Amino acid sequence: MTRLPDRGVVDRAAPLKFTFDGRELTGFRGDTLASALLANGVHQVATSIKYARPRGIVAAGVEDPTALVQIEAPFPEPMLSATTVELYDGLVARGLSGQGRLATEPDPARYDAEHIHCDVLVVGAGPAGRAAAAEASGRVLLVDDQPEPSGEIPGGVRFLSRTTAFGVYDDGFVLALERRGENAAPERISRRRVWRIRAKRIVLATGAHERPVVFPDNDRPGIMLAGAARTYLNRYGVLAGQRAVVFTTNDSAYAVAFDLADAGARIAVIADARDTVSARLREDAAARGIEIRTGHGIVGTAGGDRVTSAVVAELGATQGDRFACDLLLVSGGWNPAVHLFSQARGTLRYAPELGAYVPDGDLPTVRVVGSAAGEGLPEVKVLWQVPAAESEVDTRFVDLQRDATVSDVLRATGAGLRSLEHVKRYTTIGTAHDQGKTSGLLAAGITAEALGRDLAEQRPTTFRPPYTSVPFAALAGRNRGDLHDPVRVTALHPWHVAHGAEFENVGQWKRPWYYPRPGEDLETAVLRECRAARTGVALMDGSTLGKIDVQGPDAAAFLDLLYTNLMSSLKVGRIRYGVMCGVDGMVIDDGTVIRVAEDRFLVTTTTGNAAMVLEWMEEWLQTEWPHLRVFATSVTEHWATIPLVGPRSRAVLAKVAPGLDVSNDAFGFMTWQDAEVAGIDARVCRISFSGELAYEINVPSWHGITLWEALLAAGAEDGITPYGTETMHVLRAEKGYPIIGQETDATVTPQDLGMSWAVSKKKPDFLGKRSFTRAENLRPDRKQLVGLLPQDPAVLLPEGSQLIETDHVPEPPVRMLGHVTSSYRSAALGRTFALALVRSGRERVGQTLYVPVGAAVVPVTVTESVLFDKEGTRRDG
Amino acid sequence: MQLIPCPWCGPREETEFHYGGQAHVAYPQDPAALSDEDWAKFVFFRANPSGPLPERWTHSAGCRRWFNAVRDTRTHDLLAVYRLDEPRPVIP
Ligand SMILES: [Zn+2]
Repeated sequence: MTRLPDRGVVDRAAPLKFTFDGRELTGFRGDTLASALLANGVHQVATSIKYARPRGIVAAGVEDPTALVQIEAPFPEPMLSATTVELYDGLVARGLSGQGRLATEPDPARYDAEHIHCDVLVVGAGPAGRAAAAEASGRVLLVDDQPEPSGEIPGGVRFLSRTTAFGVYDDGFVLALERRGENAAPERISRRRVWRIRAKRIVLATGAHERPVVFPDNDRPGIMLAGAARTYLNRYGVLAGQRAVVFTTNDSAYAVAFDLADAGARIAVIADARDTVSARLREDAAARGIEIRTGHGIVGTAGGDRVTSAVVAELGATQGDRFACDLLLVSGGWNPAVHLFSQARGTLRYAPELGAYVPDGDLPTVRVVGSAAGEGLPEVKVLWQVPAAESEVDTRFVDLQRDATVSDVLRATGAGLRSLEHVKRYTTIGTAHDQGKTSGLLAAGITAEALGRDLAEQRPTTFRPPYTSVPFAALAGRNRGDLHDPVRVTALHPWHVAHGAEFENVGQWKRPWYYPRPGEDLETAVLRECRAARTGVALMDGSTLGKIDVQGPDAAAFLDLLYTNLMSSLKVGRIRYGVMCGVDGMVIDDGTVIRVAEDRFLVTTTTGNAAMVLEWMEEWLQTEWPHLRVFATSVTEHWATIPLVGPRSRAVLAKVAPGLDVSNDAFGFMTWQDAEVAGIDARVCRISFSGELAYEINVPSWHGITLWEALLAAGAEDGITPYGTETMHVLRAEKGYPIIGQETDATVTPQDLGMSWAVSKKKPDFLGKRSFTRAENLRPDRKQLVGLLPQDPAVLLPEGSQLIETDHVPEPPVRMLGHVTSSYRSAALGRTFALALVRSGRERVGQTLYVPVGAAVVPVTVTESVLFDKEGTRRDG
Repeated sequence: MQLIPCPWCGPREETEFHYGGQAHVAYPQDPAALSDEDWAKFVFFRANPSGPLPERWTHSAGCRRWFNAVRDTRTHDLLAVYRLDEPRPVIP
């Protein structure tokens, strides 16, 4: 039995059952999974990822590189370190070879986040951290990753246990992960919590990690950092072995050897790499009957699932004396845990007496204290590896988790890599779960030796967050599923849901995509909806259209600068289509502009660009044209917008708006009127995105459903049909109307779209104007918007397909002439068609081009972009 | 996460802000009078120093106002924040 009755602080009154690799075991409250395994005599925890060698427990904290486990119950969680998993009743775990398994079922636990401000944040509740917290004034927050502090927390200090500060960012922003209730009822308590801390000042008391020394076969279970064995003994009451060999470069391992000896273990020998050892340590060792061999190291070990012997040899020799043991304790010195300091952009300095990097002075707001600053750490004989001959298979492991050896490092330097960053990437050392906490400095030291360089001249690799691994679930917190991103729905949404609409996500909006009838798929539903719009009457929910109210004495002048065409000449009561470009002349949005009054316009934008266009307006108003007296206000949600479309739309509107003269003479195309529609004050616009006679009826959004249902009732005898975005897209594509963002990609000018008519020649300037005369924009071989008719009218081209000139795909490089931007089946045309951006497209009208689709090459005829009702006779009914 | 001191709202987290490129690159008085080269310089060319750079920022999730900031591109430190109608401060 390795659990001693008189040692440790675990709660022996609280035994816990757990399962590891199928074995039922017990531990105590206060154990980690690692300490409980050792208490049960389990040393081999995992196998290594590349060579499948048995691997055990090296450390007692976050620096452990080998004891990787998968938790299976209560909820699957991969890639955890057994040294950081608190034991609880019912825990089921198994060892991993470096790869875990994500849960396939949703996690029932909650994860949350809390924001907190403090004057001083102290990281680490050891003696140095507690002293710093006691001295600090104001709001003091102390965090520590252990369940219990090792001493009394000063009064007035807020203390968070089980909380690991894992990232330090700008301006005192620190992220910490609190492990709250690993197995608690998820409805009562969140499982993990991310603390988002903003601190005026930070004190890092993060301690130090012991580092190993590399020697052949240094990876067997039972080979452990010396300090870890002391922690297992004094904190968990676990004697990690009965007969130990100790290998050290410094004094600290002696205290471990003496503690273990006093607890009943046999210390076979202490191999000390140094030439001399102090008289006091010699006396203390002699008093316990412990042999010391100075100038010695380990040159080999034996054992399978646990170490059984170690060979102690004089440094430089490859042969020595073999000592039987079941525990091999190693101390290569101590690395101050400077990770968070380095993240805060603190500079590090090599301290040769420690063989480690220490903070090179404090930062203005970040101070490092205790052993994290190198204080109180033992001087060492710097030794990265024991000189030893190796046969062809190298077992001198530098990174135990990545199975990377000294030979791998030498291969990297031999290949000419000199910087640690490159060696790290070549060998993968330091990239595993432990992020190089035990291996990083060894790799640096061995690299420096190989290059004949001094570590003091070698820059350490930069430490980056996170200090320890953080589950994505914790980072996501509550922002999952419906809470991941806001969902925006229109006033008509409940009706769409009730009537079986399929939805399409457009930005954050849920838009009806199509309204399938029983037995219909997308294609048949859309053909039916299109036919209704072209032959009878149909309506859609256009409420997501971006709407911006632009007012002020200079509103007209402002819009003249923003749009490519003239807006100031627009009369009140009229509507004009407009295109907006960036200063580079490329189209960024389009929409209609309604003149509401002399000093007031209502501008519409594409659904996805509403926020962008408002910000674009604000930017120019504030930064370049602050003299213009204009306000721009988003009013998108204020209105429910319903396009009523089709040859019968006039008759339907007349029924619900008896006071409105809907004749073409009284209510012409591109005009608007305020009228009562279905008893509601409405603004009716005669605009058409389908090419059909159409009215866009706008009412305050809370009247949306009333209006919608009134229109449905009025159109019932005409077979009024609701249609979705897919039908809208087909109708507009038949008319060659581009959608900004689908036909365009920020490299397309209005001229490329065939919209020179929308670009003013009269205005002295507007955004983009000067760019239109740049040589690049005048090239005749620019990509231009055209239509495509596949020669087989049943073939539907995939959107995004490339166009080529030949009827077969030639040897690469293949000259591509452009790509398909939109492609649909058309009820009106009785065939498929597409829109495409094609080099010199307008010159190619009538030509045959080819579209590779899978293994086939589809011949297509280039046409003008307008494929239906070229004369535009239908819009007036 | 950086704190950006909005001249109107005070220090707020950087996620509330949008970057607007180099500051003090005024829209030309008469673009038509510029050569293609000079216009291209205005549209496409911006300074990229290793050190202080005056930039435009907007507090898009706050007061929605634009302002200028001098930021050290090596450290991200904001050396000065000032209103659009204020001259660029002299950074020692
Ligand atoms: Zn602000």
